[in-house]
Amino acid sequence: MSEWVNLHALWQILVAGLICGAGLPTIFVLGLRALAMPAGERAAAQDSDRLVGGSRVGVVLAGLCFAVVTAGIVWGIYFIVAGT
Amino acid sequence: MLVLVVVMALAFDFTNGFHDTGNAMATSIATGALSPRAAVAVSGTLNLIGAFLSLSVAATIASGLVNTHFVTLTVVAAGLAGGLAWNLVTWFFGIPSSSSQSLIGGVIGATLAAAGQQAVNWQGLVSKVLIPAAFAPVIAGAIAVVGTVLLYRVSRSVPPRARGHGFRIGQIGSAAMVSLAHGTNDAQKTMGIITLALVANGSLAAGSQAPTWVIVSCAVAISLGTYVGGWRVIRTLGKGLIDIEPPQGMAAQSSSAAAILLSTHFGYALSTTHVSAGSIIGTGVGRRGATVRWRVAGRMVSAWLFTLPVSGCIGALSYALAAGIGGLAGVLVLFAIVVAGSTALYLRSRRTAVHPGNVNAEWEGVLASDEDRDQPDAVAA
Repeated sequence: MSEWVNLHALWQILVAGLICGAGLPTIFVLGLRALAMPAGERAAAQDSDRLVGGSRVGVVLAGLCFAVVTAGIVWGIYFIVAGT
Repeated sequence: MLVLVVVMALAFDFTNGFHDTGNAMATSIATGALSPRAAVAVSGTLNLIGAFLSLSVAATIASGLVNTHFVTLTVVAAGLAGGLAWNLVTWFFGIPSSSSQSLIGGVIGATLAAAGQQAVNWQGLVSKVLIPAAFAPVIAGAIAVVGTVLLYRVSRSVPPRARGHGFRIGQIGSAAMVSLAHGTNDAQKTMGIITLALVANGSLAAGSQAPTWVIVSCAVAISLGTYVGGWRVIRTLGKGLIDIEPPQGMAAQSSSAAAILLSTHFGYALSTTHVSAGSIIGTGVGRRGATVRWRVAGRMVSAWLFTLPVSGCIGALSYALAAGIGGLAGVLVLFAIVVAGSTALYLRSRRTAVHPGNVNAEWEGVLASDEDRDQPDAVAA
């Protein structure tokens, strides 16, 4: 069987694919959410349409999320160039 | 003769490009993240870059599948005719189908006709082509389902403007990755075929790398093809299978990009088309309330089943014809038939044209060729 189907590789593709293909976009959206986090309770109502909410913690968290996503993309491009 | 084969190979590369524009860009076009024209321009450029990026030897698509000792110029020409024919017919019907499989089918068919059974590595065919083809859409689809569910859940509390903006960037970014990966993968196949032809002709020593002019011309051919855009296929992928929303588009493209890159890493040459279509269906399954048009999907999958055998038969018939007439004349006749056939199909396609203006119109028929019979140039609002 293993001569025909490389189950081990398929399994790895599925797991790594879930991490990169579903995980990275989720982190990206988490970043959006953190970025839009309002500075305080009172501001929340008016700020519902803003890109950057103004919360310092939110901005830092967002930066972290976007950094992870960027790293993923750069790694992907490196992957293509290296042609493994 | 060599010139004819190279021209056919580049023509195949061109069809490969426009057949597969939809894989990367269909969802971004359908959700309006990019205008149709901008999308094909971006995708074409990235395909061009992608074709130059990979520095690995252009792997011959036939190696491991057929015994290259039996490959002559006529075999390559016949194989290309098989691949071209299938690509054009499926494009006409707007069916996303794998260009790599049509090429593999054509070459195997032609080799079978030329040298018989022993020239084909059947186990290689099953383990390298058939099994991955069966798993690719399923794996990509599963990743897309998970991604869609997560994206919808997480983005629920994001303010609308940030949401729209973010998903637009996300879609463009993920689609760009797919285009880049496509350029590196698919342009290589034609480079491999031309190299194979050069080796068969004795112009190159066996096992040598693709010359620079081959790399450049293949890169240009595939990106031109992408830029022209296979609007019929884009329409099926973007509008036909599901009605797509921005988060779904992003989920589908990310899952495609991840699946293609990872499988390349693990030595599975997956079809970009199978992966993209699987992702798009998966993202339809993952969103509550979304409907997947299973009839369209069913037609597409049955076309996948026919890709290898049909392009193989055409490849074999082409070889029989070309070898029957013999030599240069045989290949010339084959070339003339291919040109005549594609011209006819192109003229016929004008009657039910799909173009940037109507690519996003409401889905009505089952396939692109069924629609708008009476009003060929109906432009969507």
